[in-house]
Amino acid sequence: MSKYSFHIAAFVLLVVSVIMLCAAGRSAFIPAAGGTSVTGVVKFKGTAARPTRIDMSADPYCAKAHPSGATTEDVLTDANGDLENVVVFISDGLGTTTFPIPDEPAVMEQKGCQYKPHVLAMRAGQKLKVVNSDSTTHNIHPMPNNNREWNVSQPPGTPLEQVFAREEIAISVKCNIHPWMRSYIAVLKNPYFAITDKSGGFEIKDLSPGTYTLQAWHEKLGSKMQKITVGEGAPQSVEFVFQ
Amino acid sequence: MIKGRSVALALLVTWLISSSLFSFAQESKIADLSGNAKAGKALYRRYCITCHGVHGDGAGENAPHVDPKPRDFTKATFKCRSTPSGDLPTDSDLYDTISRGIYNSAMPSWRPLTRQQRADLVAYIKTFSPRFHEEPPVASIVIPPEPPTSAESVKRGEALFQSLNCWSCHGKEGRANGPSALTLTDSKGYPILPFDFTKAPHFKCGETPRDVFKDLSTGLDGTPMPSFADSMKPDQIWDVVHYIQTFAESDRSFFHRAKSEGKLQ
Repeated sequence: MSKYSFHIAAFVLLVVSVIMLCAAGRSAFIPAAGGTSVTGVVKFKGTAARPTRIDMSADPYCAKAHPSGATTEDVLTDANGDLENVVVFISDGLGTTTFPIPDEPAVMEQKGCQYKPHVLAMRAGQKLKVVNSDSTTHNIHPMPNNNREWNVSQPPGTPLEQVFAREEIAISVKCNIHPWMRSYIAVLKNPYFAITDKSGGFEIKDLSPGTYTLQAWHEKLGSKMQKITVGEGAPQSVEFVFQ
Repeated sequence: MIKGRSVALALLVTWLISSSLFSFAQESKIADLSGNAKAGKALYRRYCITCHGVHGDGAGENAPHVDPKPRDFTKATFKCRSTPSGDLPTDSDLYDTISRGIYNSAMPSWRPLTRQQRADLVAYIKTFSPRFHEEPPVASIVIPPEPPTSAESVKRGEALFQSLNCWSCHGKEGRANGPSALTLTDSKGYPILPFDFTKAPHFKCGETPRDVFKDLSTGLDGTPMPSFADSMKPDQIWDVVHYIQTFAESDRSFFHRAKSEGKLQ
């Protein structure tokens, strides 16, 4: 045993303890209203697979809910290649700052045997309220990698609230009773996120000046990242292109 | 320098105390038994490692040849629990699964091992997931006494079997042939079949009516079988248990037993 080994062990312990103390002492940070917005658009280049017809005949209630037929929602683009349902969020640059968790629950609705919204973004620790507006029983079965897995039956009108404790982009959710039903829940540790609308647009509000990594995640097309520098005042505009 | 040493010493003591707390979490308690993870490890390496793997991740050398796949203990997601969906199983739940084995799988009954050995295995299995020392232990659900089986109860159970879409997977005749049956996968993406109720009472998580009540209430985590704890009152769960028993073809089943005992007309 070398005479330095005690010092080395002591140093390692000290470093570990300092890291743990720092982690414990993080302060809550309330995002400053009136910061800079990051806006932008997410595009898809190439030929997107057209939405296909879903066969809901296994449950007559579901089939009846869509007289003109329901279609898949996994890659939704318009004629200009604007991509819907992309989660855009700050994945780096906020350090160890923690943010207060909203009291309002995030809401996922089951309607016409499909999920509304198809892609939901919420905060780790925030309540998730699942609503069944259908007249048939669903089961809600998230399959997380970084959170605990649960699977709960929900007949019409039954309330359901759950929480995902840890960040995860994104948790796939299914209904085993109706195998075509699929949605994704992005669980984030900061409030700086948005989901692209029908025209591929997004806006992340109230960012303080600084350098951040902005990430865009799509269920089928994966992730893209870019560094952005946010200054005072003028909104930042960003474009992501998936292929 | 002396100050530095005393700080380091204090940190060392703190670290030793906290690590002894973690090792406490590696024990198991099943009624009068206390399991020891170290003893469990030796047993695991002899009896369990070929399927469940050296890291407890279900990737042992036999795993590719086994269907359904061996449990991945690192996820701490277990089918057979007395606790609500998403929660950790109790030590007794794990002990019962080891003792009972799982029908229609490669998991045999380990009753040839002593009770102490099975408790030791539970202690060791818990070391594969940090959840067992991060999360407080969860209490088992309360199972009220079973009301007597009756034609009315079976009828109510049948109505629930319809309205709760049990038939979507298990089939209208309980033969695991519902419209969604062939689409099902477990949470690792492997195909999985719903339970065929004509095979009752060979349920995966125990044969007694109380076991079936527990399955309906807690769900089988990691599989498509959800929890019905919030969708049915305990009496209704008993009604479904009674209805499910009518599918059984084996004369060992409760239904046939109840019939032969004159409890059911």
